[in-house]
Amino acid sequence: MLEVKDLHASVGGNTILRGVNLSVPAGEVHAIMGPNGSGKSTLAHVLAGRPGYEVTKGVVRYKGRDLLAMSPEERAREGVFLAFQYPVEISGVSNVYFLKAAANAIRKHRGQPELDAIDFLALVKEKARVVAIDESLIKRPVNEGFSGGEKKRNEIFQMAVLDPALAILDETDSGLDIDALRIVAAGVNQLRSPERAMVLVTHYQRLLDYIVPDVVHVLLDGRIVRSGGKDLALELEKKGYEWLEAPAGSR
Amino acid sequence: MKQDATTSEIIEREYRAGFVTDIESENIPAGLSEDVVRLISTKKNEPQWLLDWRLKAYRHWLTMTEPSWQNVHYPPIDYQSIVYYSAPKQAKKGPKSLAEVDPKLLATYEKLGVPLHERARLAGVAVDAVFDSVSVATTFRAKLEEVGVIFCSFSEAVQNHPELVKKWLGSVVPYTDNFFATLNSAVFSDGSFCYIPKGVRCPMELSTYFRINTANTGQFERTLIVAEEGSYVSYLEGCTAPIRDENQLHAAVVELVALDRAQIKYSTVQNWYPGDKNGKGGIYNFVTKRGKCQGQGSKISWTQVETGSAITWKYPSCILQGDDSIGEFYSVAVTNNHQQADTGTKMIHIGKNTRSTIVSKGISAGHGQNTYRGLVKIGKNAENGRNYSQCDSLLVGDKCGAHTFPYIEVLNSSAQMEHEASTSKIGEDQIFYFQQRGISAEDAVSMIVNGFCKEVFKELPMEFAVEAQKLLGVSLEGSVG
Repeated sequence: MLEVKDLHASVGGNTILRGVNLSVPAGEVHAIMGPNGSGKSTLAHVLAGRPGYEVTKGVVRYKGRDLLAMSPEERAREGVFLAFQYPVEISGVSNVYFLKAAANAIRKHRGQPELDAIDFLALVKEKARVVAIDESLIKRPVNEGFSGGEKKRNEIFQMAVLDPALAILDETDSGLDIDALRIVAAGVNQLRSPERAMVLVTHYQRLLDYIVPDVVHVLLDGRIVRSGGKDLALELEKKGYEWLEAPAGSR
Repeated sequence: MKQDATTSEIIEREYRAGFVTDIESENIPAGLSEDVVRLISTKKNEPQWLLDWRLKAYRHWLTMTEPSWQNVHYPPIDYQSIVYYSAPKQAKKGPKSLAEVDPKLLATYEKLGVPLHERARLAGVAVDAVFDSVSVATTFRAKLEEVGVIFCSFSEAVQNHPELVKKWLGSVVPYTDNFFATLNSAVFSDGSFCYIPKGVRCPMELSTYFRINTANTGQFERTLIVAEEGSYVSYLEGCTAPIRDENQLHAAVVELVALDRAQIKYSTVQNWYPGDKNGKGGIYNFVTKRGKCQGQGSKISWTQVETGSAITWKYPSCILQGDDSIGEFYSVAVTNNHQQADTGTKMIHIGKNTRSTIVSKGISAGHGQNTYRGLVKIGKNAENGRNYSQCDSLLVGDKCGAHTFPYIEVLNSSAQMEHEASTSKIGEDQIFYFQQRGISAEDAVSMIVNGFCKEVFKELPMEFAVEAQKLLGVSLEGSVG
């Protein structure tokens, strides 16, 4: 599904990613962990194609195609979904209208007929149950006046509606209390499927108690320095990241 | 590659009404003098009282100076280089029916999406089409006459209903009012006239479509709408002009009078040529629009969507003279590239229990400068006057500007005033959020902008609202990314 080779990227002239290698097959959930500033969110944004994130070297293949050659909206239409760490508020545009435009842009790209309002509402109601999102939030302007937890839940709700092939969740656990975390995690778990690959970017092991990953990667100074099973996360929890620090001079 | 294709598409789509109709027209020489005023009046076979009124206006205009308080900048206008009268050549007396109208003119309106053939018309809209200085066709006249509604060109009204014109002309906007209105009073060539008799609810929307065609021509039309006691009318106005490098002046006057319990709803979609990307060419739109709620319980509502013109200077206003009368102003003004707009309203509360509502939405993109200027005045006898004002600005990009100048004068302590204002910006992070969900940047802007304008669009008649949304999309294309 996703093949990242020797990816280098910079933001505002600062090199952040220094040769990331990563392979995520369909059906697997990979967690990317690392301390603040290690490049986790940068990786997520580079994969989504955020303007201002400059790829200086490397290759990213998605379903065998060159992901980096695609515009951000093309990536989305091809099934790449980013659950944002800080979802923006968009006043005047209702959540359901926004999602309908998104869903139909994707369907159009796939050559499927666009959904009418009635079919779309049925889909929305079904998916709203996945994350137990309140229907009043669906009608409100996108993220406007939502609490931190509601915003995160809304991201997972959007993911459920848009049904992506590759879902990248950027710090979805941050700012969530334990109950909200459980609900969001349950939602994500329901969306696990043999056709879907997921990348969880997280700072804490806590999320992985609820969403058990197939592989855990440790990102440090813009490189993946260690990969392992779910036990690696527990080890990190105990020891911190220092023991994995790359020796000086190897940067 | 892909990027280029979209860009060229956008350029092509930029101003769709920008074609010129090749038609022989009768122009008088450029320049303004008493003789020109007399000539216009003679050409229109006007009665003496109207010529006298024009001449008073002209003489007064000579004593006036162009206003300079507005927040727009343009090189001085040479009033002697403008042609003050231009008419497509056709049968002397003007066409009696559509069959007599030059087919090229009909084709022009067809191309603009304003078909004048009554058969093909959208059901329920009567159209008066004004081409350069004269009205070329008014549709559905017979049907309107059945209920006593008079809807015709201004020139025809002068000939056929002189008593009405004489009674109401200048009663809301006197010939001394302001520089541009006074100029209009001297040289106005045509426009629309509309009279709704007592107790009649006009059975269809009335519409005027203004078109400037000839080069170096100013368009000075006058619209007069009188709604008698208990009547109702909804009136639509649309405007376009060809793409030309020179600036063209448009100085119109609209007067509305609502008597006891009468209601007038006046909607405008203004799409004059805005000039090119670098600010070359475009219409200077200096317009005076004012309605008088003369009668008790009357109501006048202005709704405008302003996307065109290089410069927009207009303040559709309401004089709330009758007790319990209501004034409303709903506005969307867009400035892109080098467009400048200084627009807003005046709500003058004179009668008791008068209420007014102002909802203004300004959108600036490119190097556009958008100014809201509004006056709410509660007179000393306007017991319990109420006003609610809301002025919102939306910025697209970082080279544009939004300015708000609300003026409030309250002379009666029982007044209640509410004013809300906000400024927001379409940020790159918002655009990226849309893109990440599969929605293009252009669609993202259009969705945000339409959301921003919702409150105003819902005041427009249905077909107009759809038109306005599309127009807004076209006006803002290429403003991001």
